[in-house]
Amino acid sequence: MAQLTQAPPAPTASGAALGARRAAAGQFSWNWLGVVPFFLFIIAFLILPSSRLITDSFQDPTGAFTLANFAALFRDPLIIKAYRNSLEIGVATSLIGGVFGFLVAYAITLGGAPGWVRSGLMTFSGIAANFGGVPLAFAFIATVGRTGFLTALLRGAGFDIYQNGFSLYSFFGLLLAYNYFQFPLMVLTISPALEGLRAEWQEASQNLGASSFQYWRDIAFPILLPSILGTMLLLFGSAFGAFATAQALTGGTLILASLLIGTEIRGDTLGNANLGYALAVGMVVIMAVTIGLYALLQRRASRWLR
Amino acid sequence: MNSRRGSWWGLLWALLGALYFFVPMYGTLDFSLRMIKGQITLEAYRVVLADPAFLQAVVFSVEMAVITILVSILLFVPTAYWIHLRLPRLRPVVELITLLPFIVPTIVLVFGLIRTFGRPPFSLTNTGATTNILLVAGYIILSMPYMYRAVDVGLRSIDIHSLTEASLSLGSSWLDVIARVIVPNLRVAILAGSLITFATVMGELVLADFLVRPALGPYMVEVGKDTVYQPAALGIMSFAITWAAMGLIAIFARGDTARRLTVR
Repeated sequence: MAQLTQAPPAPTASGAALGARRAAAGQFSWNWLGVVPFFLFIIAFLILPSSRLITDSFQDPTGAFTLANFAALFRDPLIIKAYRNSLEIGVATSLIGGVFGFLVAYAITLGGAPGWVRSGLMTFSGIAANFGGVPLAFAFIATVGRTGFLTALLRGAGFDIYQNGFSLYSFFGLLLAYNYFQFPLMVLTISPALEGLRAEWQEASQNLGASSFQYWRDIAFPILLPSILGTMLLLFGSAFGAFATAQALTGGTLILASLLIGTEIRGDTLGNANLGYALAVGMVVIMAVTIGLYALLQRRASRWLR
Repeated sequence: MNSRRGSWWGLLWALLGALYFFVPMYGTLDFSLRMIKGQITLEAYRVVLADPAFLQAVVFSVEMAVITILVSILLFVPTAYWIHLRLPRLRPVVELITLLPFIVPTIVLVFGLIRTFGRPPFSLTNTGATTNILLVAGYIILSMPYMYRAVDVGLRSIDIHSLTEASLSLGSSWLDVIARVIVPNLRVAILAGSLITFATVMGELVLADFLVRPALGPYMVEVGKDTVYQPAALGIMSFAITWAAMGLIAIFARGDTARRLTVR
């Protein structure tokens, strides 16, 4: 974060270097002026609000410096529960969405599904990956809610899912709903990587006597691994930070970090506003680590697949 | 034999994937048509469309979406163009910045916006009109990864150096270069980014809800609280908006760009 706020001065140097080609040597370049509106906007509406929360989280209600808010993050049972639920949801959906998405992507690329199935599923993935929020909750309530379409259908067939431990308004229900946009995201990102696996690699390994299993274990999978892990980190991030679907689906009965911040903004049930800022900063730190790892893996992934 | 097994295996997962897409969609559609017991009717849609609050929410959200798109274009197109042309060393920095909205969850962003601008000297949350500034700013940040990336990908596919030098040497001003040479060449990219932005704004809840603006997201939450069939109808309408947006992108950009754009 701190590094990013220092970014704007950088253009002066690089702009000058490039401008020198066009303008007379040694003349000061004003190229950086062209990106000032963009950086002003980003600083005002993204950097400043985020860093404001960071500074506030180190203060007590009187404005004095304190680390107590962060200590409370690790002590308050409600907060610990919220973070645990959020982390579990994130990990579970990234695993389920990741594995399911990979299998679907495999099916439509190397798995021999007909061309129209492939293009159809890719198009639907683009739609589903962008479908979320409250409407997603509505769709799942109408389908597998207490009186939903599928629930009624199965009840008619003699199997009541709500009598057998399932509830849409729970952790598992949220997994089911999140997966609607999670696995398509995996399909969209991993299909190009699967297509990038060259036929020669498999032929070469076969010529050297490798079985299909050995080819996947020793060659294809290690090449794909950075892409797979990278995408799963994205899936984790999108589930971890999500608010609307969880709110509309569970109505706050499932305690999540994002929902807890929401109650903190509305009124202060936590009693201490600065604790809310620490909660928010905690989320940003977790997301920053996630996206940082993602960027790292992206760089590795591009090494083989171009 | 191997390929036979492979193809069954593949078909199975393709089928499961397709079921995951269509069952909720079909379930929602079926549910939305059953408002009058024992009949298949469009009653739920009629009730939703007859609600003046719904129309107000749609109009408000469309207005905000259009403003968001226009400001995004004004902000991101010249910036991305200038960086490609004159400041290529800034590109990694800006790329990182466009990823930031993924790092800062929306709930945290809105919290920060309220904390920063909701009190003196700004006090932007005091009136509806000034709160809308925060709302649009938040929407621009949320859709930045898609919009900026769309423009960035578009710029990479045209030779902006030659275009710029050609038009400058023919006597154009910089404004002409951007408005009449660069933008027309980027229209597919700008359109794709705009459609994704539109779909994002129309379905967004967190910013509008916590800034207490009468947008479609908060309206849907209210309807979901005390009705049964209308939410399903709203769900189908939202599906339709997303379908339309993504469908138009696919038509204009012929699949490939659309895929790159949706991948985060």
